[in-house]
Amino acid sequence: MKLEMRPQPSSFWAYASPVLALLVTVAIGIGLFMALGKDPVKGLQVFFWEPIKSPYALGELLVKATPLLIIALGLAVCFRSNVWNIGAEGQFVIGALAAGGVALLADKTTGPWIVPAILAAGVGGGMAWAGITALLRDRFNANEILVSLMLVYVADLILNFMVFGPWKDPAGYNFPQTRTFDAVTQIPRLMPGSRVTIGIVLALAGVGALWLYLYRTYAGFAQEVSGVAPAASRYAGFSSRRALWVALLVSGGAAGLAGALEVAGPIGQLTPYVPAGYGFAAIIVAFVGRLHPVGVVFSAILMSMFYIGGELAQSRLGLPKSITGVFQGLLLFNLLACDTLIAYRFRLFESKPLSPSSQGAR
Amino acid sequence: MDSMALLLASTLSAGTVLAIASLGLLINEKSGIVNLGAEGMMLCAAIAGFATVIHTGNTWLGFAAGMAAGACLAAIFGVLVIWLGTNQYATGLALTLFGAGFSAFAGIRYVQEKLPEQTLYPIPVLADLQFIGPALFRQHPMVYIAMALTAGLVWFLYRTRAGLVLRSVGESPESAHALGYPVRRIRLAAVVAGGALCGLAGAYVSLVYTPLWVEGMIAGKGWIALALTTFATWRPARVLLGAYLFGGVTMLQFHLQGLGVNVPTQLLSMLPYLATIVVLVLISRNPLWIRVNMPTSIGKPFHPGA
Repeated sequence: MKLEMRPQPSSFWAYASPVLALLVTVAIGIGLFMALGKDPVKGLQVFFWEPIKSPYALGELLVKATPLLIIALGLAVCFRSNVWNIGAEGQFVIGALAAGGVALLADKTTGPWIVPAILAAGVGGGMAWAGITALLRDRFNANEILVSLMLVYVADLILNFMVFGPWKDPAGYNFPQTRTFDAVTQIPRLMPGSRVTIGIVLALAGVGALWLYLYRTYAGFAQEVSGVAPAASRYAGFSSRRALWVALLVSGGAAGLAGALEVAGPIGQLTPYVPAGYGFAAIIVAFVGRLHPVGVVFSAILMSMFYIGGELAQSRLGLPKSITGVFQGLLLFNLLACDTLIAYRFRLFESKPLSPSSQGAR
Repeated sequence: MDSMALLLASTLSAGTVLAIASLGLLINEKSGIVNLGAEGMMLCAAIAGFATVIHTGNTWLGFAAGMAAGACLAAIFGVLVIWLGTNQYATGLALTLFGAGFSAFAGIRYVQEKLPEQTLYPIPVLADLQFIGPALFRQHPMVYIAMALTAGLVWFLYRTRAGLVLRSVGESPESAHALGYPVRRIRLAAVVAGGALCGLAGAYVSLVYTPLWVEGMIAGKGWIALALTTFATWRPARVLLGAYLFGGVTMLQFHLQGLGVNVPTQLLSMLPYLATIVVLVLISRNPLWIRVNMPTSIGKPFHPGA
């Protein structure tokens, strides 16, 4: 068997590869369930049917998909510009921390203006945290992968410091958490009976905005060229420094916004458990969604299913919740392998050139 | 005086983890491949080694299991990157994310388990010396193996033909290919060797350094090891020194706490991560210096005959 380069990339496989990757992941999942002595039908059920079978379940699916989608939209800009921000988790935490700080200021007399302030603080926090990476990369050429990742650990420790120290709820029986935020800080919910907030509306607006930016604006074009073809971009006079800053600030701001929506939404206070791995999972969401604004919607929902399925697998099948991480990692692996089919095709036998002249043309 | 000796001893131990992993990554990168999966490989190796020792009671089998786990994962990464031409950064990230998930999944049964008592291996005579003895010569053998490994790698890379071929593959895969060397197989061998060493380091963490299993226990050591290769400008001896330096920074926090320094633990725990950033900034500030030392083809795919 031989790998042969296609004359041009296959547009069919560009769409089919994520689907194939999912199928392979499911197949491995079935094997895993069987190896662990669990009924694979039940396994598939908790991952792919339970999360969508009732309006309430669908709501929970959206609750988890919202942060993933928002972060992945930012990362799509980043990865398209060939900037490798893998510290979205840290930007999420600092965004949550900044938002939590504003939310703690609220009391009985605070007006509803506090919600926009919380969201703005989240965006600002995330941007500032990503800005450190941008600054060190821009000014000192420090590798953004390593810096942004190191800052995740630092961000987690800052959060821990605040909830174990200065912001600990004095009436909280010494638990490491802040007091519950005032009701007025709660991100408005879309409908009664479900935890879905306006965050999902913001996320979908982000999808539209990203689509316009990437495909209908000059700035978006310049941004992408700087990633795909740095030399061409320099020749055209596009600033690579600008692209770097835009990529990191946009992705940092998005992650920070997700953090704010999370603490002032479903969580309602700061605890050491705010970081739930959304920042890392969103990397997978971005890639599986082809870095395309519409693609990431589907992959965010899929990844949310993995999260909910993992929780259900724990309570229903007695499997550890961390099975989610196994499937997430497998999915990205499979996607990268399947993506080979876009540029290459497999040949069972060596293809023989028809005549010497056609060989010369190659 | 005693606490000073203890600090030195624990620095060597902490540095050993980073040194072994980073030397492995150095071999990788000398062949032109960056493996961001170090953290994931170390996590899987940590649980593989730990589980093996729980079941067999043999520490050396544990190390072997860790190396095997690291090598297997690295081989998957290598085939994807080298033959299927996937993006090195994305594939490495996939490996880290998968490794974090898989180790947590596989390790859940071992969370409460305890290892049999570790035997210490003091070196006769030397270990009885005052101060120097407890500081340097009452270590796990792996500490000395890391030092020997460094020397061996210097010899291999700069004094043997095979080392020269490996370096040439990293500098110019096209030329090496033109000379008839099997570039892709050499790269795979380098990646697998790197994975095995990362695995060894991971197993050392769960068997000797902190002999237990906790989810995510590598805590960024794989990433720091990656940063170390840059910090050391891809020189084995400097990797070892850098590893001890970082080991010292890691250990300093515990000793400062022991001395009753009044700084919150969380802020002290940031030290290794902040130190990594500072060091990266200092080293990367001079692009010329990096460019002179960095393997030229690093991170770039290679297609023979294309």
